[in-house]
Amino acid sequence: MCNRGLYEQIILDHNKNPKNFRVLPDANRQSEGYNPLCGDHYTVYLKLENDQITDISFNGVGCAISKASASVMTQLLKGKTKKEAEDLFAKFHQMVTSDPDKPVNEQELGKLYAFAGVREFPVRIKCATLAWHAMLAALDGKNTPITTE
Amino acid sequence: MTITLDRETIKQDRALTTEEVERLRNEFPILRTRPNGKPLIYFDNAATSQKPYRVLCAIDKYYKNQNANVHRGVHFLSEIATSAYECARKKVQRFLNANLSCEIVFTRGTTEGINLVSNSYGRKNVKAGDEILISYMEHHSNIVPWQMLCENTGAVLKVLPINREGELILDDLENLLSPRTKIVAITHVSNALGTINPIKRIIRAAHERGAVVLIDAAQSASHLPIDVQDLGCDFLVCSGHKMYGPTGIGVLYGRAELLDSMPPYQGGGDMILSVRFDKTTYNTLPHKFEAGTPHIAGAIGLGAAIEFLNSVGMKRIEAYERQLLDYATNILKNIDGVHIIGTAREKAGVLSFYMDCAHPHDIGQILDSLGIAVRAGHHCAQPVMEFFGVPATTRASFALFNTRDEIDALAAGILKVKEIFE
Repeated sequence: MCNRGLYEQIILDHNKNPKNFRVLPDANRQSEGYNPLCGDHYTVYLKLENDQITDISFNGVGCAISKASASVMTQLLKGKTKKEAEDLFAKFHQMVTSDPDKPVNEQELGKLYAFAGVREFPVRIKCATLAWHAMLAALDGKNTPITTE
Repeated sequence: MTITLDRETIKQDRALTTEEVERLRNEFPILRTRPNGKPLIYFDNAATSQKPYRVLCAIDKYYKNQNANVHRGVHFLSEIATSAYECARKKVQRFLNANLSCEIVFTRGTTEGINLVSNSYGRKNVKAGDEILISYMEHHSNIVPWQMLCENTGAVLKVLPINREGELILDDLENLLSPRTKIVAITHVSNALGTINPIKRIIRAAHERGAVVLIDAAQSASHLPIDVQDLGCDFLVCSGHKMYGPTGIGVLYGRAELLDSMPPYQGGGDMILSVRFDKTTYNTLPHKFEAGTPHIAGAIGLGAAIEFLNSVGMKRIEAYERQLLDYATNILKNIDGVHIIGTAREKAGVLSFYMDCAHPHDIGQILDSLGIAVRAGHHCAQPVMEFFGVPATTRASFALFNTRDEIDALAAGILKVKEIFE
């Protein structure tokens, strides 16, 4: 399998220069995501006002897939409502866990389409969704760390 | 004066030649697989070793021609199976140079061996306030069972520290050993760093304080010669699957006198002499510790793996793998942005490293696309990772069938990682 399909340029760029990669001082929600298998460990910070994500950031350590996914996530979710964030996660999750031979609705997924290559590498699905799971937990006000195990 | 050369010793210490390694490679059918269309380069031997034909054939032969339960049948097959199983025990005895074959207990693996000792010897002999000494570089399997024992008994876990090279700080040993130290459990070779520990010295120091010593030989048994009588250890544990044998079988060596004094670990069939509701009499060694039908095929496979190791020669394996390690270390340490973790003077064929530009998971993925199998992660040694301040490392671990060409391919793969992520 050619890794070019996994390491799309957009993933390499976000890995090198992640967006919103910082602690959010006025966050009112935060949650940790931890993958004990590879040691990926992130905290996702949210500022949630009237059901709307007015600001979002993350920091921590992890592989290129998990870091780029977290970075793209923070870009896409700023300004979104809780429901919109959950819907976007559902679409993303559906894509990364779908059969690699099936076509993907590129338009609907936008930037997230870059992660379609993950479908070929089942162990990397956890990397791609780690920060998203932490984000969902933060939205729900759960403070216990999310692990992928 | 004439100097007489001991020809046998010289021959034994000589590393394997390229031609010999090429011949040995033919014994491993898996080396013909082509992951991602590339020839397999297997550098994950510390996780599990590959299996030569003679091991696969021994297991196949057992199930096809010899399968029966052991120690309890009068029929033809049962006698053959029992004799093959007990013959495997003798092979292990000679391989480790144990005094008696009853000192060899078959387990599921290293982890079960440690749990057996901590549950049986530990619970009988360790009291509140006693101490158990392990080291900072232990695999989780040589940490957690002792923590559990401490929780159950009120004993205290002490940890021998390591330095930046990944060597035990032996100057601290004397201070950490006390008259209250009951058990010292130390790895022979670190799975995350490759360090070979001076276990003989540690065993002697522990014995002076009256403690018993368990050696975790999971990472050494197929790489270095082991002589339990020369070492003087009380217990030694290893896993068949890391020694070219099958999974699910391992060995606990224990001094007969100690094993004899220990209560059984599990109850069931085969570990008893007689069972009455008012009184059960336990079987003799080693059967007292082998409750239930054992992994007969596994033991026979392990016996075949030991024959394989003997046919190559442990000293020659050690010398060859040391050459591989030196070759790989020299190449990797000169690649900008690559940092080797574990730079002890005495090292076995384990090369753990991290890169400035890429996470171990991504390094492992790129190498995989080139047919190179390495391990990425914390290697079940989280305290070691924490000590060096990294979440994980990439680990290449060598076996007798690896070659310099394969190490060149690893170096090329690392350069490719740099090209993609830098």
